[in-house]
Amino acid sequence: MTGPQAPAAGRETSRKPRAPGRGVPLALLVPALLGLAFLLVPLLALLLRAPWRDLPGQLTSPAVWEALRLSLFCATTATALSMVVGVPLAWLLARTEFPGRGLVRALVTLPLVLPPVVGGVALLLALGRNGVVGQWLDAWFGVTLPFTTTGVVLAETFVAMPFLVISVEGTLRAADPRYEEAATTLGASRFTAFRRVTLPLIAPGIAAGAVLAWARALGEFGATITFAGNFPGRTQTMPLAVYLALQNDPAAAIALSLVLLAVSIAVLAGLRDRWMRTA
Amino acid sequence: MPKKPEHLSDPAGAPAATAAQGLDARLVVDREAFRLDIALRAAPGEVVALLGPNGAGKTTALRALAGLAPLTAGHLRLDGADLRRTPPESRPVGVVFQDYLLFPHLTALDNVAFGPRCRGAGKAEARAQAAEWLDRMGLAEHAGARPRRLSGGQAQRVAVARALATHPRLLLLDEPLAALDARTRLEVRAQLRRHLAAFEAVAVLVTHDPLDAMVLADRLVVVEGGRIVQEGSPSDIARHPRTEYIAQLVGLNLYRGQAEGHTVRLAAGPAVSTTEDLSGPVFVAFPPGAVTLYRERPTGTSARNLWHCEVAGLETHGDQIRVELTGELALAADLTTVAAAELDLHPGAPVWAAVKAAQTHAYPA
Repeated sequence: MTGPQAPAAGRETSRKPRAPGRGVPLALLVPALLGLAFLLVPLLALLLRAPWRDLPGQLTSPAVWEALRLSLFCATTATALSMVVGVPLAWLLARTEFPGRGLVRALVTLPLVLPPVVGGVALLLALGRNGVVGQWLDAWFGVTLPFTTTGVVLAETFVAMPFLVISVEGTLRAADPRYEEAATTLGASRFTAFRRVTLPLIAPGIAAGAVLAWARALGEFGATITFAGNFPGRTQTMPLAVYLALQNDPAAAIALSLVLLAVSIAVLAGLRDRWMRTA
Repeated sequence: MPKKPEHLSDPAGAPAATAAQGLDARLVVDREAFRLDIALRAAPGEVVALLGPNGAGKTTALRALAGLAPLTAGHLRLDGADLRRTPPESRPVGVVFQDYLLFPHLTALDNVAFGPRCRGAGKAEARAQAAEWLDRMGLAEHAGARPRRLSGGQAQRVAVARALATHPRLLLLDEPLAALDARTRLEVRAQLRRHLAAFEAVAVLVTHDPLDAMVLADRLVVVEGGRIVQEGSPSDIARHPRTEYIAQLVGLNLYRGQAEGHTVRLAAGPAVSTTEDLSGPVFVAFPPGAVTLYRERPTGTSARNLWHCEVAGLETHGDQIRVELTGELALAADLTTVAAAELDLHPGAPVWAAVKAAQTHAYPA
């Protein structure tokens, strides 16, 4: 119903004009709604079946906090590590020409599609005590990586870094390389130009890539359990704890899942400016 | 306009006294189907404009001078030093880019301080120098502003200050006024002219706008298709254009032909009567304003040159109407709006075009 101030025109302006016979075909609408429901129902179920009354008790248990603390620490460290090596890698892919660059880029993105368990096995073969590199780390430095917190960080970095590299590379390609040329004519070396001009210009892209990588690292399961195992307090991150809890204490699993869901929603909210508005 | 010594007439070797100072370059750059090959010389204090249509290779030449595009062949010496071996960040060259490329995340002050910082000045010192440059440009109160808050004219001046702050021995300006609207352009052009006149080293600017080139530069180098087609003082080029492109730029009808006394037989067909007495290959030029149009063949005109033409197009040119004609001779004529209305001109209309011999100008090709 239209208000008294806008008598006749209100009805026409309140609705977008639509050409006759241009409705959404059922053949598209039905599968679309089915897909939407499929995505939302499980999350809804999680909220409906949550033991809301016991939740405070569940969440304050030391085991939950230990897993959460470990998860946050490992995901953050893995993200930092991804940034330190991933941003230069993205720069190399976006700004230089070298033979086999296409192949290198394909290899960088491989962990995106590789089953994480395979990633974990590969990490064991590379960095395990008898691994290709690991045997030397053990022999020379006495460093063992599998089944340690460092191992968790490495496993998460392996799966999460491609997200950051892809995001930063895309931002770099979209950024005007002539700013770097301008810096060059002012006497900046290529590295100075990168540090003082390019890096600030692509900071939003790095931030978005870091958030993506962090979210991926936080949820990492397969590579972590394969390479680092499942030791409470040392390598048992939230996803591992959820899976384990589901066998003995489903209520605790739901509580842990809710925490991860809350973190994911927070991440999405943080990214909304970047993605949801352009949609 | 005070003229610097010209050493163009002798492209093979400059006088020894000036050879060491200023710019001495032959730029050869190959790109797929395009080759740029131009020789450029300029004395300290001289402002040279590279003038040419889009795609002529002007910007490529500028990039080669700055070291942003590699030379295929040729040489590049500045004040006697071979720049070909100097990486771009170490060249004493300042560049004002077409869209300025001010760093958006830095204030005007830090943009100008960027160069001195990279060349080794401390942070405080670089900023003090930058503040001085901004002050000189009349931008002191905008020192803290980010580029996006600056007007086009202000951004242009910051870009000039940023380029000058490194004390370059060669200042390059790529279409320095192209990004400005007409009114700002007038004002900024006058300011830029003052700064360039005060600049003690070589300045090379690239433009497709003949007015910018003529106001700002001491010498014009016209580039078409990667080669120099004409060079000289602005007035010389305006009076004696040697290509269609320049003739159009300076607003002249230009033809090539063979002179026999006071008659020039044009390559395009008809003959033109001139006052000059020449022989051999010549150019003939006359301004569009010298053309008189008639709908009927005129009987009483004293004009020696009369051609039967057809109106190809009309367009407003300031308070005049520019009429493009085809037919016996392709030419442009300028009429007042009233005259155009009285003649009832429209595309396809047959007209007679008359030009007095005294209004034409012939010179050896």
